[in-house]
Amino acid sequence: MTFRKIDLVSRQNWQSLYNGEIIHILVGTATCGRAAGSMAVLEAIRREIAGLEGKARVSEVGCMGLCSYEPLVVIVKPGDFSVCYHHVTPLIVPQLVEGYVKGDDPCLDLALGTVAGGGDEAVYIPELDLFKHQARVLLRNCGYNSPLEIDHYIACGGYRGLSSTLEMKPAQIIRKLEKSGLRGRGGAGFPTATKWAACSQTKGKTKYVICNADEGDPGAFMDRVLLESDPHAVIEGLIIAGYTVGAGQGYIYVREEYPLAIERLEMALKQAKEKGLLGRKILGLGFSFKIEIIKGAGAFVSGEETAMIAAIEGRRSWPEHRPPYPAEAGLWGKPTLVNNVKTLAYVPLIIQNGSDWFAGIGTGNSPGTALFALAGKLENTGLAEVPMGTSLRTLVYDIGGGIKKGGRFKAVQIGGPSGGCLPEGLLDTPIDFDSLKGAGAIMGSGGVIVMDEDNCVVDTARFFIDFSRQESCGKCTHCRIGAHHLFSILDDVTKGKGSLKSLEALQALAEDIREGSLCGLGKMATNPALTTLRYFRAEYESHVLEQRCPARVCKELTAYYILPDKCYKGCDHCVLACPAEAVFSDEQGLKVVDQVKCTKCGSCELVCPAEYNAVIRLSPVSLVPENRRTKPQTPVKEP
Amino acid sequence: MNTKESDLSSILNHNRRHPRYLIATLQEIQSREGYLSSEAMLEVAGFLDMSSATVWGVATFYNQFRFTPPGKRPVRVCLGTACHLAGGQLVMEAVARELKIEVGGTTEDREFDLDRVACIGCCALAPVVTIGTDVYPKMTPPKVEEVIVELNPPSAHKD
Repeated sequence: MTFRKIDLVSRQNWQSLYNGEIIHILVGTATCGRAAGSMAVLEAIRREIAGLEGKARVSEVGCMGLCSYEPLVVIVKPGDFSVCYHHVTPLIVPQLVEGYVKGDDPCLDLALGTVAGGGDEAVYIPELDLFKHQARVLLRNCGYNSPLEIDHYIACGGYRGLSSTLEMKPAQIIRKLEKSGLRGRGGAGFPTATKWAACSQTKGKTKYVICNADEGDPGAFMDRVLLESDPHAVIEGLIIAGYTVGAGQGYIYVREEYPLAIERLEMALKQAKEKGLLGRKILGLGFSFKIEIIKGAGAFVSGEETAMIAAIEGRRSWPEHRPPYPAEAGLWGKPTLVNNVKTLAYVPLIIQNGSDWFAGIGTGNSPGTALFALAGKLENTGLAEVPMGTSLRTLVYDIGGGIKKGGRFKAVQIGGPSGGCLPEGLLDTPIDFDSLKGAGAIMGSGGVIVMDEDNCVVDTARFFIDFSRQESCGKCTHCRIGAHHLFSILDDVTKGKGSLKSLEALQALAEDIREGSLCGLGKMATNPALTTLRYFRAEYESHVLEQRCPARVCKELTAYYILPDKCYKGCDHCVLACPAEAVFSDEQGLKVVDQVKCTKCGSCELVCPAEYNAVIRLSPVSLVPENRRTKPQTPVKEP
Repeated sequence: MNTKESDLSSILNHNRRHPRYLIATLQEIQSREGYLSSEAMLEVAGFLDMSSATVWGVATFYNQFRFTPPGKRPVRVCLGTACHLAGGQLVMEAVARELKIEVGGTTEDREFDLDRVACIGCCALAPVVTIGTDVYPKMTPPKVEEVIVELNPPSAHKD
């Protein structure tokens, strides 16, 4: 079948959905939606609209990126508003169906806003601060189109890039990418055209292309959302890559921890094959291409391209020296191209809309958009896609909605375990590959974690180094043993055991590890320690000099204390909640925490009723009044 | 033992008798058996004509594989960055305390096993615990106690 025919059929199917009388209900069922309970909501909707065949229809869609508002439901009503409801539960589903599916009440009190129509009556979601600053290029279909139906993707312009590609020469495609200025989105920002050209020019009958979907950064989930919400975009990009470099086989390396992404990819591959967009003689032309999904068994280092190749070959995921680059000798010694999920997803759009369109978004050196997973102490957490060059401040305050519960901003960690921790003074840094590198962070995977005054930067650095040390593959001594020592030093600091000398050792060791490691994991693992030391030295110093953790997080330096003037003697919440039986009553019935028994689990603080709010944390621990530290020894009475 | 061997023979399929399928084969065994026993790994080594040390080396390299039988209900505490900042470590300690096992361990009655995961990707709900396929959002130590007591009432134990 020619592409024109495929396109026509898909458009007809798509239009039959949205033209006419049928009310279309969209439920976000990506992983974050499911965690918030969207599958129960989907069930409830199915139950409520049973018997309304021909009038209403429900579809599963991916993620709009509004994680903190999940579960989300959109009701698209022909000739009326399309309304998006947030925090939907099975209990309010009957009300929505009764109100807006059967009746004409859009239930705006339960809505986040409208996605189409609404005028003065309702908030128009694309005009919210949260959306206004975004440029949704990769996320354009996420949350609107069903990832389970290829027709939706095709009807919205999908596979047109592939269709044009097959009429072009590889050199033309590479020139197009070069003009667009696309840089790899895996983190390092290497020019994509250069990589493709190198692999294309290497002679060889057998070549491979690999899609890197091993998103290992704890706190990043952009690739997962793309694969779950718009899998065809990635598949189309991979087929174009295969055609351009002359490969007949592609692999998608996905983390085993993303079962839903794998399930949706498998379904998408099957549908693409059925349409003749994948497999033997694509679109009846000369090019044949196969794609296999490889499930990663869980190793952060597998995200490095040579380590990923080793994993696909069935070996331990150890990085190799480069050169030779995979473009010359990669998988089984054959020329291989490895690209990140997001990089591949841009390619069909660049082919379709032109290089100038892409180069026109973002900045001169970093064109296009950047996709971030916002998490931590923000009002709005979730996914955001902004033009490169947007400031961190816009990302944190306008899109993220500022610090949760009116807290104070302390730092933003960008780029995960390989990234850096930046202070308030650097919030105006534009987001692009080079500016972030200059500040000591990296674009990296795109995980953005915002910390407030209640988070300790030393503890955070310790957390990341702990992650990197456990994930070190063990090949290079500097990384394997260095990261271990780095962790011990940080661990000592959080326990108040360090000295100013430890901070010097930390700096020197971190620099050595960077020099002496082969791959990015080792080289970048020290970034969290180096940047926190650079921007938050005072906080390190209070740990080692005053045994004080300003955020009152580090356990050894913090004590739980019950304020006698706020404690109410008739209340026993803390006594009952304490798993260590460390809370006792003094002679007046007021509660006291026994500092010897206390395991610092924080239960007492959590359960203390808001009207008393008597439990506080003190650092250093010497602030606890001496007469309220332990239970006085009662003399043993003679029988 | 007999049933186990016949089980494996359906996984050790001759189209995939190549070292490149080692990881996929181990994944299949684990998804069916729940863990990788030494016997299973020896059988895989023999089938793929690799040394058992190589198989062991690959299996222990990856986080996914476990070498002891799992509990009926796997408990996973997320210690990704967002969960860590929201107090995930305290939640982990609470779960370990309530189940009376350490990270990586299985309860004596083989009802629960406990492990950490590095981000399950629902950071907006941090800190998160999963038990089986159920997700427990925004956990705190007191909530952990409630949930575990509910799932594993002390009366169920025969002392």
